[in-house]
Parts: sequence; structure tokens; C-alpha cells
Amino acid sequence: MTDKTKSPIDRTWDFLCSLKLTIILLLLLAVTSIIGTVLQQNAPAAEYIREYGESNYKLFVSLQFTDMYHSFWFIGILALFSVNLICCSIKNFPRVWKFVREPMLVASSGILKGSANRTEIETAEAPAEAARHLSTVLKKEFGSSTLTEADGKLYLFAQKGIYSRFGAYITHLSILIVMAGAIIGNLWGYKAYVNIIEGTSTDQVVSRSSREPIDLGFTVRCDDFDVSYYPNSMRPKDYNSDLVVLEDGVEILRKRIEVNDPLTYKGITFYQSSYGPAGNPILKLQAKNNATGETADVTVQQGRFAQVADGYSVAVTNFVENDRNFGPAAGLIVSDPAGKQSAPFPVWQRFADLDTKRNGTFTFTLVSFDMPQYTGLQVAKDPGVNIVWLGCFLMIFGSMSAFFFSHKRVWACIEETPKGSQIVIAANAHRNQPGFALAFEELQQKIENDFKNSSQQKEG
Amino acid sequence: MDSNQLFNLTTIVYFAAMVIYFIYIASRNNKIALAGTLVTLLGFLMQTAALGLRWYESYQILGEDGRAPLTNLYESVVFFAWSTVLIYLIIDYKYKQRTIGAFVIPIALFSMLWAQMSLHAGIDPLVPALQSNWLTYHVITCFLGYAGFAVACGVSIMYLMKIGKEEKHQGDQPMGGILGLFPSTRILDDLNYKAIMVGFPLLTLGIITGAAWANYAWGTYWSWDPKETWSLIVWFIYAAFIHARFTRGWVGRRAAWLSIIGFAATLFCYLGVNLVLSGLHSYGSGG
Repeated sequence: MTDKTKSPIDRTWDFLCSLKLTIILLLLLAVTSIIGTVLQQNAPAAEYIREYGESNYKLFVSLQFTDMYHSFWFIGILALFSVNLICCSIKNFPRVWKFVREPMLVASSGILKGSANRTEIETAEAPAEAARHLSTVLKKEFGSSTLTEADGKLYLFAQKGIYSRFGAYITHLSILIVMAGAIIGNLWGYKAYVNIIEGTSTDQVVSRSSREPIDLGFTVRCDDFDVSYYPNSMRPKDYNSDLVVLEDGVEILRKRIEVNDPLTYKGITFYQSSYGPAGNPILKLQAKNNATGETADVTVQQGRFAQVADGYSVAVTNFVENDRNFGPAAGLIVSDPAGKQSAPFPVWQRFADLDTKRNGTFTFTLVSFDMPQYTGLQVAKDPGVNIVWLGCFLMIFGSMSAFFFSHKRVWACIEETPKGSQIVIAANAHRNQPGFALAFEELQQKIENDFKNSSQQKEG
Repeated sequence: MDSNQLFNLTTIVYFAAMVIYFIYIASRNNKIALAGTLVTLLGFLMQTAALGLRWYESYQILGEDGRAPLTNLYESVVFFAWSTVLIYLIIDYKYKQRTIGAFVIPIALFSMLWAQMSLHAGIDPLVPALQSNWLTYHVITCFLGYAGFAVACGVSIMYLMKIGKEEKHQGDQPMGGILGLFPSTRILDDLNYKAIMVGFPLLTLGIITGAAWANYAWGTYWSWDPKETWSLIVWFIYAAFIHARFTRGWVGRRAAWLSIIGFAATLFCYLGVNLVLSGLHSYGSGG
């Protein structure tokens, strides 16, 4: 049937099945994907306008270049690619299945005469003997063969690696499975984030795409966040958060998470992602009444007053973790019962005695400090992820069997001649023909040598 | 001797191997070709030892935080050279086509020269993001894949050099000159395909291990970051190559060109993205 006599439906079908379409789509995906690596994705409008100008920005938006991997046209190419995969498979699978169900035991004259890999051998052996002989050589060098008699001739058929014909289908199916997993993850999962201040808890996270809050259905508390360092250096070794999962106030799960080691509960996973300061430092001071010698512990947050004793109160005006290499230092002011404030004075954690020289009512010592921090967590729920991994596994499995093996078939036709018999051998592989051509040359050489040797032995 | 000195020696040995392969092409003496392969093997063994030594040194310097030498640009370039030589030696063992050495060993040599002369070779502790066993699997699979593509590219260049002359060449007598020494265009074409067939599943594995790692570290197996996207672009190109080749007999010139374009994209994915674009893999550029 020529193209002209085909109906439009048939032509559309042929187009969707064609390998040409596959190659075009693959190259089109390769070329268009570059755009999103050069042009920053999902940046604020102002950034594009500053860099490329207003009119270019409008063009980008109309072409959906600013979020191109989710644009209609890119998803359209991917959809067409999937349709192409499915159509190819529907078209070719029955043919492949036929190779398994009905192997071609008797070579057609087309195969015997037209194969790219073929050879003819003349031998003095009678057909039955020649067939046995060839079958032995084939078994040693290629694989076991089936003997069939037809039209007074003998036919041998041997094949190898038929399962590799399915490798491509498994690989193609695996791509569809990965895509399905990605769609499921997009529809029923979410990517979110949450910042939890040390000591506090939350039962909501914020969606990264819509900025809307999402209820977790349980509570997560962060007991502590800290940074650990490599010995003798300021290189961070790890960022850690002590997380606790609570349901109805009852502790369910506790884990110290770090980068590359998240916490998962009920399909929702919390990843260590960032951290930062949460409010002013909280200082623990010790105040010693110089008259009575009594001491009092005072906890005070920078910027606030805290009661000391006898109507006196203290406030922290500023705090540094390291004052000119002298270590933690704070600036304090004291307010007396009349409300009169002292001038600011410094205290150092490492030099506790220095404040005695001030001769105030109280001598202050900086005992410890706490910089409240929040831990920044990425939160993900992805019910499709295991489907994606299944697809990936099948992709590896399928592509290995498709790449490293091919379905190779060898046919032989043995016909009686006045001098003995003539053997015609033809062979093909369903892919990597150049590679198989080399392998066939080797096989052919071995078969020919074997027949030559045995005839020489008989003569000698 | 420390690993750095051993890597320097390796570089010198690769240089010697390259010179020997060039002499082979000029002299056409098969014994010289064998010498070239033996010297390459020596260099490969030295480099393997140096990699092992560097691994050991990382434990000496960092204590319990030691790790496989696959963590920064310097180490990746060295590993790329090692992988390329490995793939070349396998092909040499199977096909004994030693002129290929003159086209593939320079790739390894220049990688080593670049690493030894201008990249930061210190053994530093890992930033938290890289502390994962996935790192090793991800880097090994990606780079063996890249090496397959590098060998395919070298073979494709030989193919293009030879096919032009072969088409003009008349008569039955063997071709003279250097090109006469090259493997036949049929073998070169086949080697191109075979090297890509090794590289492609490895790249696929590399992308998958990267995705698995990203999912474990951030909860997103794919975020269209430039490195990820470029690895996918490379994947698309070689997927197109394989499909063109499988069923339509797209052999010869166009296959060779597609292989060279594929390797150019691979190089951009490996180096260009870090040097030109920005993204999650930015730690790869500083070393």
C-alpha cells in the first residue's frame, strides 16, 4: 500500500509509531532543555526585566520560558514522546511475541539468498551427515539448533538472546512508569518548608509552590539545633536538629537529623536544609550583692530588663560572641529602685573578676549565653517516589538486556548435490548489525575450517 | 612518596605512552604498539595505586572523616582520566587496535596535566551536603559513562579522518599512509557504537543514583537544576544516537558526528555547567 491510498487515520498512526518521530522528539527535548539552564527559572519578574528588558520579559512570559519545564509546550513534547513510546510498543509487540511463539525453523529463500551475512559451503558429506556435523559446530560456537526437513532439504535453525527483544519494551515501559510516578507525586504530594525555633513545635508547614499552610496531622518539635565543626577548624561538619514527633501530646518518635539523614513519619519526610538566628540572645548572669555577698541568678534576653534583687533590675544593651578574641562579652546597664539607670558597662565571660573594679551595688558575671536559632526544614510528601524507583530499576534492567544482548539467528539449508551436499548458511541479528557481521565472519571461518579439516582427515 | 607525586609520575608515563603510540603510527612497528599498551598499563596501575594512596591519606589527614577520592574537581578530573584509560585498555584487550591509543591517551594525559598543574589538590573535609555514600556510586557511574563517551568521540574522529580518504581511494591494494594503519571504518563505526553502549547505561545509572541521592538529601529527586538538566540533555542525545542506529542503520558519518556532539555536550555537562552556569553542583567548581 502506498501512502496515497492510506486513510488519514492510518497515516497519523504511522506518524505516531515512527522512529523518525522518536529521534526528532529526543533531539527536540535536548535542544529545548538548554533554555532553562541558561535562563534562570522562576525568578522574580524584576530580575528578568533588569537583565533582559521589559519587552524581552513579556516575550519570555508568553513563551513560558520563565518556568519552561512546566510549560504547556514542554509538557506537550513529553506527552507526544509518551504517545510515541506507547504507539511504537503497540505496533511492534505482537511481531516480537511471534518470534517467541513461532520461530522460523525453515529459512525462506529470501533469507538464504538475501541475508547480508551468508556463506555457502560445498562438502563431500551426505546431507544428513553434514547436518549433524554443522549442528555440532553450531552448538559449540553459537547455540543448539533444531533440524527440520522440508521439500527434500534439511534445515537447521539456531537462535540466541531472544529475551533481549523485550529489553526495549521494558525500558520504554519504565520511562512511562517514571513519568506516572512523577505525576502521582505532583498530584498527591507536596514540597514544603518550615522554620522551627528551638524549643517550639509546629503542626503546619508552608507549601513551596502556593505559600499556603499545610496541616501535617501531627506535631513536630525541635528541641535543639547545632552546628558541629571539624576538629581545629571552622569548617562545618554537620548541621543537626533534634526533632520529636508528637501525636495528641504523646511523643512518638525522636531523631537527631542532619544533612543527608532525614526523618520520615507517615510518608512525610523532614530534611535539614538551613538555619538562622531567632531573636535576641538570652544571657545567664550571676549578680553578687557586694554588701551582703548574696548571689542571684538572672536570665535576661537582650533588649529587656530582668529583676535582680531589692528592686534593682538589669538589661543587656548588646552582646557579641567574640569580643576582639577575648570571648563572649555583653554590655549591661543597671536600673536602681528609683529607676535611675547606670552608664553601660561591659562584662566578659572569661574575665569574671573584672566587674568587681566597677564598685557597683552588684557585681555581674556572665555565666553562659544562648543564641536562639531556628532550624529550616524542607518537608516533602511524595507518594509517587517508589513508583519512580520501580521505573528506574526496570530502566536499568531493560536497557542492559537490550544493549548487551541481541537476538541472533542462524539458518542453514542443506541440499544434496552429486558431489555430496551444499550448505547455505545465513544469519542475522535484530540490532547492531555491524557488530554481528564481525561475529558472523568469525563463526563462518570456524565452520569452514571445521568442514575443511574433517574432509582433509578423510582424504589423509 | 605521596599520592600527588605518584599522580605526577602517572602523568609522565601517560605522556610516554602517547609518544610511543605516535612513534608506532610513524614507524608501523607492531612491537612499538605493544610497548605503548604496556606503558599505558603501567601508568594505569600507578594511577590506581595513587588513587588508593590518596584514599588512605584522607584517613591520615582527616581521621574518621576520610573518604574515597571522588569529591572535588581535582579528584573528578583524575578519576575521569583513570576511567578513560580503563575503557581504552578493555577495548585494546578485545580488539588490539592500538592506533586508537594515539587518540584516546591524549584525552587522559590532558586531564592529568590540567589536574596536576592548575587544580587544588588538597584533601579537605567534606561539606555536610556531600557526606553520603551515594556520592561514591554517583561519581563512579557518571565518570565511567563519561569515559565511554570520550573513547567513542576519539574513535569517531578517527572514523571521520579515514572515511573521507577511503571513499576517494581506488583499487584493492591497502591504503598507504597513517590512515592505512587505522582500523577499518567498519570496525571504527562498531567501536563507536560499543563504547556508547557501555557509556549510556552507566550515564543512566549515574543520573538515577544522583536522583536517589537528591531525594534522600532534599526530598526532591529531580529539580531541573542546570547540572541535572544537562545530564538529561546528554542522555537525550545518546538515546537519539542509539535509536537512530538500532533500527534505521544510521551508521557511518552521521553516527560519528552525533557521537562527537554528544561528547561535547558531556564536557559541557561536566565542566561547562560548573564554570559557566550556577546551581546545586557549584561546590564542584572550587575544589
